[in-house]
Amino acid sequence: MMTDPGTTPSQTVGPFLSIGMEWLHDPYVVPKGTPGAFWIRGLLVDGAGTPVPDGIVETWQADPQGRFDHPDDPRGAVARTDGFRGFARSMTNAAGEWGVFTVRPGSLPALDGGTEAPHLDVTVMARGMLQRVVTRIYFAGDDRNAADPALSTVDPSRRATLIAQPADDGYRFDIYLQGDSETAFFAV
Amino acid sequence: MTHLILPRYVRDDGVHPPLNSPDYRSSALRYPKKPLQLLPHGLTEITGPALGHQQVGELDNDLTRQHEAEPIGQRIIVQGRVLDSDGRSVPDTLIELWQANAGGRYRHVRDTWPAPLDPNFTGVGRTVTDSEGRFRFVTIKPGAYPWKNHHNAWRPAHIHFSLFGRAFTQRLVTQMYFPEDPLFGQDPIFKSVPDPKGRQRMICQFDLDSTEPEWALTYTWDIVLRGTQATPFEGDDNNDD
Ligand SMILES: [Fe+2]
Repeated sequence: MMTDPGTTPSQTVGPFLSIGMEWLHDPYVVPKGTPGAFWIRGLLVDGAGTPVPDGIVETWQADPQGRFDHPDDPRGAVARTDGFRGFARSMTNAAGEWGVFTVRPGSLPALDGGTEAPHLDVTVMARGMLQRVVTRIYFAGDDRNAADPALSTVDPSRRATLIAQPADDGYRFDIYLQGDSETAFFAV
Repeated sequence: MTHLILPRYVRDDGVHPPLNSPDYRSSALRYPKKPLQLLPHGLTEITGPALGHQQVGELDNDLTRQHEAEPIGQRIIVQGRVLDSDGRSVPDTLIELWQANAGGRYRHVRDTWPAPLDPNFTGVGRTVTDSEGRFRFVTIKPGAYPWKNHHNAWRPAHIHFSLFGRAFTQRLVTQMYFPEDPLFGQDPIFKSVPDPKGRQRMICQFDLDSTEPEWALTYTWDIVLRGTQATPFEGDDNNDD
């Protein structure tokens, strides 16, 4: 039995999330024109296969050197001067599409002494969802994926749902909330 | 080899509503049916964006001063602190807020029920907590509004809140409710929170002491994010297995 930590419960963003959150709709993890930057684009899809037009996707990631501008990183915070934000927010559009403009993060030292492969942490929220769901985006063809401690805990048949595939202007990563190709989600 | 020593955020899964909450009909096609995989808290999870200071304007926490004139409705102050479950304040963190007007209508193209829009009310605010985690909004009390979840369904008056905390693990979107709302009993969103104690934590308290005479009623509401366990998991560099 888990003890009650006394935290405030989550509630849905509701149907009108855009009025409160669109002001910070900013898909640019890095500034436009950053060398090597690309789009990760995808659909957010519900259990009937219908795109979700009232959802939001937020991403958080390390920089290309695997560093963060954050005081809790024991390796030290790296102050930014280059416009790298680490964070992006994309409200889904009427067709359920979202996208973030970014660079591939570096790998990270893992808790067990191993190495985490380059990844983005992803928060997904929508009308109809009483709390967020969390997933990760990895990159197709990255040799480091094989030894990633989080990816290796995912059922092998579902790992592909966490791997972005090359596309015209970057990568493609569709998020399925339910169904045969349901994305693997994490409890954080 | 050196072990990383990172904060470990308490898990509070039982506090939150199940994503599969059939009484909230829109959840039916939008919850994962397969089990979630436990994600250890690594560097990406214990860090997060520091948003707000550059983006938030000085008047963004006053929803009554965004137009030519004041909005219609009961002027209220909503204030409180953002804390973690260890009782530590969460300073310098962005709070976003949105709500219906006094008649229960949102300024959103998809909200078309026949209550009037208020030309002097947008219903959107934001602020950044101070060094002690405190926040303060001036707004008007939102009205209840009908929805189509079930026959004669009405949402209790509420304000939507979005918080980032200091780490990805602490991200929270919730709704603040008002005391003793007679609509709680028929609201599947409020009641989706399994524990009555958890439901109480979404309800603000009327605060006479902080109420400003001849100006505005004050409601106080503390928001509690996940804290960290006191002792690090592992710290001995020379004791590797
Ligand atoms: Fe609402």
